[in-house]
Amino acid sequence: MANDPIHQFQIHDLTEKFNIGGYDFSFTNSALFMGAIVAVITGFLLLASSKRALVPGKTQSVGELWYEFVHNMVRQVLGPEGKKFFPLVFSLFSFVLVANMLGMFPYFFTVTSHVIVTASLAVFVVALVVVVGLWKHGLGWFKLFVPHGVPLLILPFISLIEIISFLSRPVSLGLRLFGNMLAGHIVLKVFAGFVVTLGALGIGGVLGAIAPLAMAVALTALEFLVAFLQAFVFAILTCVYLNDALHPGH
Amino acid sequence: MSGTTTPEATAPAEAVQEGMGGMSGMEGMAEGSEAHGGHKVFPPLDSSTFPSQILWLAVFFSLLYLLMSKLVLPRIEAILKQRHDHIQNDIATAQRLQKDTQAAVAAYEKELADAKARAHGIAEETRGKLQAESDAERHALEASLAKKIAAAEGKINAARDKAMAEVHDVAADSAMAIVEKLTGAKVTKAAALKASGGKA
Amino acid sequence: MDASAAKLIGAGIACIGMGGAGIGVGHIFGNYLAGALRNPAAAGAQFTNALIGAALAEGLGIFSLVVALLLLFVA
Repeated sequence: MANDPIHQFQIHDLTEKFNIGGYDFSFTNSALFMGAIVAVITGFLLLASSKRALVPGKTQSVGELWYEFVHNMVRQVLGPEGKKFFPLVFSLFSFVLVANMLGMFPYFFTVTSHVIVTASLAVFVVALVVVVGLWKHGLGWFKLFVPHGVPLLILPFISLIEIISFLSRPVSLGLRLFGNMLAGHIVLKVFAGFVVTLGALGIGGVLGAIAPLAMAVALTALEFLVAFLQAFVFAILTCVYLNDALHPGH
Repeated sequence: MSGTTTPEATAPAEAVQEGMGGMSGMEGMAEGSEAHGGHKVFPPLDSSTFPSQILWLAVFFSLLYLLMSKLVLPRIEAILKQRHDHIQNDIATAQRLQKDTQAAVAAYEKELADAKARAHGIAEETRGKLQAESDAERHALEASLAKKIAAAEGKINAARDKAMAEVHDVAADSAMAIVEKLTGAKVTKAAALKASGGKA
Repeated sequence: MDASAAKLIGAGIACIGMGGAGIGVGHIFGNYLAGALRNPAAAGAQFTNALIGAALAEGLGIFSLVVALLLLFVA
């Protein structure tokens, strides 16, 4: 059971089940970790900003670095108009980053390894793009699917490709994060499982287990990189997509 | 761990579990199948957990967004703005001080140039005054000397004239006496004077 | 052939697609590095674009992983 690479993704109820209209809305370990993510982000950033020092200490530096990182990203991609979306992009980035990072702790649940969570976030982002685009530009926003300077003959074809590419955005955005976190955790667990299994085989097995152990350590480092990178990619793609809503004539 | 353990796994699922069991190393078959029986479907794709996850994601993400946009981000922004303002203030102060310094240096140099010019003027003036004074003195001296010279010359001329006149007189007298002695003829004083070249 | 065996074979074949993602990501970072060595001054500004490209390419590989998982657990 301990060696099962799938078990870490198991969702179980922490309180009594409560159903509304036949759907199960129980408070699960996934929900607990979502709450933990919010608590960690808010707690850390409040702690970092509590001293309000002119010359920042270590905690405050990290908090400011975090803020400036997302702030620069939003400003570079969206320009000054993007200021309204900064809290949203910051929340998305922080949520995904802390979810991925908390998932790296042994026995912790990885919220972003469930396709419904990442897909919900992605669908929310793309729906926001559509709403903002229509609200800002009206029906003119649909020019996004009709690129400039394309011969009339192949325009329907290009538009079809653009529409398909737009519709595949929530799928790719959500599945990328989900797939990365899921695959990373499975691979880590598989290699860790090799260590345990080989270690049980006696002295030769213990010596043989060094190789998968080294691999597991290296993969752990890689997974931390991936955890950050996927949060970054999720946030910057959100910015890129929102840029389509703000400036459709690209 | 798994709360809803149902040992009877469906046939395909069991086959899959065996595959996964092999992947994760040698596991006891009985234990493995019992544990795996807990999730007939792959948990991340288990649609029975979707409503709960969507609900709690919406709840906690909204909470996070509210906390970030209303509380946390304005705080950090205020800190960064405060630092930015402080730095700008310091730079402005430094620039102002530098400008002041430059103004002070300029004033000092102007002052110095003025003082030099003034000193030069005073020196010129003094020299001019001294020159004029010495010139006047010299002129006065020269004038008095010239006057003295003129007086002396006049005196000398008078003396000479008088002497010359007396010389003529003496010469005439001598000539009269000589002529009388030699010739016995009487010569008038006027003729004698005339002969001796003097004025009658 | 047993249906479950076919599923496992299909899942394995689906994972070949991840090799394509590997090629794509390698291309992106290789070309990024080549460009960065030619013009190091412009490299920093383009790193974000390299990461976006790598993420997009990798996402397609992840799709094949998802197909494999669907074959294993859902189909």
